[in-house]
Amino acid sequence: MLKKALVFAVLIFFLVLPFLIRSNYLLGMLIVTGLYSIIVIGLGILMGYAGQVSFGHAAFFGLGSYTAAILATSCGWPTPAALLAAMALPGLVAALIGRPTLKLKELYLALATLAFGILVHILFNEGGEITGGPSGLAGIPYLSLGGLVFDRDIEFYYLVLAVVLLVSLAVNNLIQSRTGRALRAIRESEHAAQTAGMDTSLLKLQAFVFSAVLAGLAGGLYAFYVTFISPSPFSFHMSVQFVLMAVVGGLGTFWGPLQGSGLVVALGEALRWAVPLVIPGAGGEYQIIFFGIILVLVMIFRPAGLGSLLSPQVNQERAGRPGGREVDGGVAGG
Amino acid sequence: MEVLLEVEGLTRYFGGVAAVKEISFQVQEAEIFALIGPNGAGKTTVFNLITGLLAPDAGSVVFEGKSLAGLKPHQIAAAGITRTFQNLQLFGNMTVLENVMAGAYLKGRTGFLKSLVTWPGSSREEKLIRREALALIDEVGLAGLAGLPAAALPFGRQRLLEIARALASGPRLVLLDEPAAGLNSAETKELAGYLKRLREEGKSMLLVEHDMETVMEVADRIMVLNSGEAIALGTPAEIQANPEVIKAYLGEDERVA
Ligand SMILES: Nc1ncnc2c1ncn2[C@@H]1O[C@H](COP(=O)(O)OP(=O)(O)OP(=O)(O)O)[C@@H](O)[C@H]1O
Ligand SMILES: [Mg+2]
Repeated sequence: MLKKALVFAVLIFFLVLPFLIRSNYLLGMLIVTGLYSIIVIGLGILMGYAGQVSFGHAAFFGLGSYTAAILATSCGWPTPAALLAAMALPGLVAALIGRPTLKLKELYLALATLAFGILVHILFNEGGEITGGPSGLAGIPYLSLGGLVFDRDIEFYYLVLAVVLLVSLAVNNLIQSRTGRALRAIRESEHAAQTAGMDTSLLKLQAFVFSAVLAGLAGGLYAFYVTFISPSPFSFHMSVQFVLMAVVGGLGTFWGPLQGSGLVVALGEALRWAVPLVIPGAGGEYQIIFFGIILVLVMIFRPAGLGSLLSPQVNQERAGRPGGREVDGGVAGG
Repeated sequence: MEVLLEVEGLTRYFGGVAAVKEISFQVQEAEIFALIGPNGAGKTTVFNLITGLLAPDAGSVVFEGKSLAGLKPHQIAAAGITRTFQNLQLFGNMTVLENVMAGAYLKGRTGFLKSLVTWPGSSREEKLIRREALALIDEVGLAGLAGLPAAALPFGRQRLLEIARALASGPRLVLLDEPAAGLNSAETKELAGYLKRLREEGKSMLLVEHDMETVMEVADRIMVLNSGEAIALGTPAEIQANPEVIKAYLGEDERVA
């Protein structure tokens, strides 16, 4: 399935990349892209396999960030422990949201996560001393693992690269396992999956919780990278961007999350620079319009996403079925 | 012989109309029990009620002495009942092998977390399920096609794949909804032979089929449904000689052999 030579080549490319670019700005962008791709990998499982959409992943990202930040500062936890908590809390919250909503039809999780995302963003802003309100939390320590302190960008870059690699391999294991077959089966025919003995509600819940844990992991790492956090990167706008990255990259592909995150981050930067030149005084809200246009174009011309460029057989399989999920037509049978 | 499945007074309405009305029957161990009747008689609805995809308005289903009331479809599958679908419900983008391995889901134990840390295909469980799936693929006559996407198979082969998938978890009772539809006469003959072999191995089957030749050949007992109601129950010979059946069903269906 997965071409090992290609994985090695890409890995080597990313290992030497920092020496080629020699730019702190670009290195920072790469780190952020890597963190986003961790979130997008999880979202890809949720959307591409369990057939569910979340518009609240920026909130899980934020929950992870704030959990890590608060525990490592006010509570004085060691940073690795704070990072584990940053994964656990979003996972727990996802389980609470997902349990009632995933039993219902597709749309409910999307709506519940949308409301949840907005609520959490308000909490970050109105959290007083605990969250630092709109100005956020400062003085977050660097991550230290064993004797190693990740206080320089280049070190953090390699850490993120390792985490992205591990998460990618784990997900590749998952997809080809018993559980992965079940997740793919749900997407193809939920009734057939159920009557083959698969607890489809539980599997969807597991996929959702897993995606929230990954968002929390990215959030915790983000807090230890920037060492200062505020509510703004965790807004609804960002949740939409994560969904965009997942779709543009290609749902259910190995390379999709990396490509989708890279492209959307690059585009975001380009737009941030270009839009004010064309429309003076324009703010972030214009970005979202452009992103919307891109999303529509991708859906029309490359429904399987960019990930299909590197794994053509996936493209073939899915090209005939934009969205990758068939319409659910009542009870199967006659 | 022991009773495996007991259906008692099963009833289901759709918007005031009874699709299935007070149906009762029993399936014995190692028996092929056929449900026949004209289009819209309620056969598939009976399957949906037994497998938990629909909830009955009245009546009960008892399997191996235990009531299935309120159980979810996956729990009913775990109890030992699987099915095929009249309008094929294959996992089209997955390969033939993956479809059958997915059908063997209940044989595995590997959960979400363990799946994340296990290299693809490396565990003993995975190897065993794979080997058994390949054997089953050969057995139903799909040898050499294991690597193809299910959607790429011709229609007749897709039917066989659905049967293999339904058998993969080793159920005691399989519900087959028109397994011969779309098969040519040679394939139908093979299918009939295969169903009889499964019965010899002790498997019970509930069979819905329009092809009367196949039904008369393989079924031990037949129940005839018409407009949701049971109008006859008996051996193939009894059913063929039943004047009410001939009037209500056999007389008006050209497909009857
Ligand atoms: N989900 C549903 N919603 C509403 N009506 C339904 C539903 N399923 C079945 N029916 C109706 O119930 C009746 C019985 O349908 P069913 O599919 O069980 O018949 P069948 O005996 O399997 O027919 P066929 O031989 O055509 O497959 C039909 O009138 C059908 O329209
Ligand atoms: Mg039917």
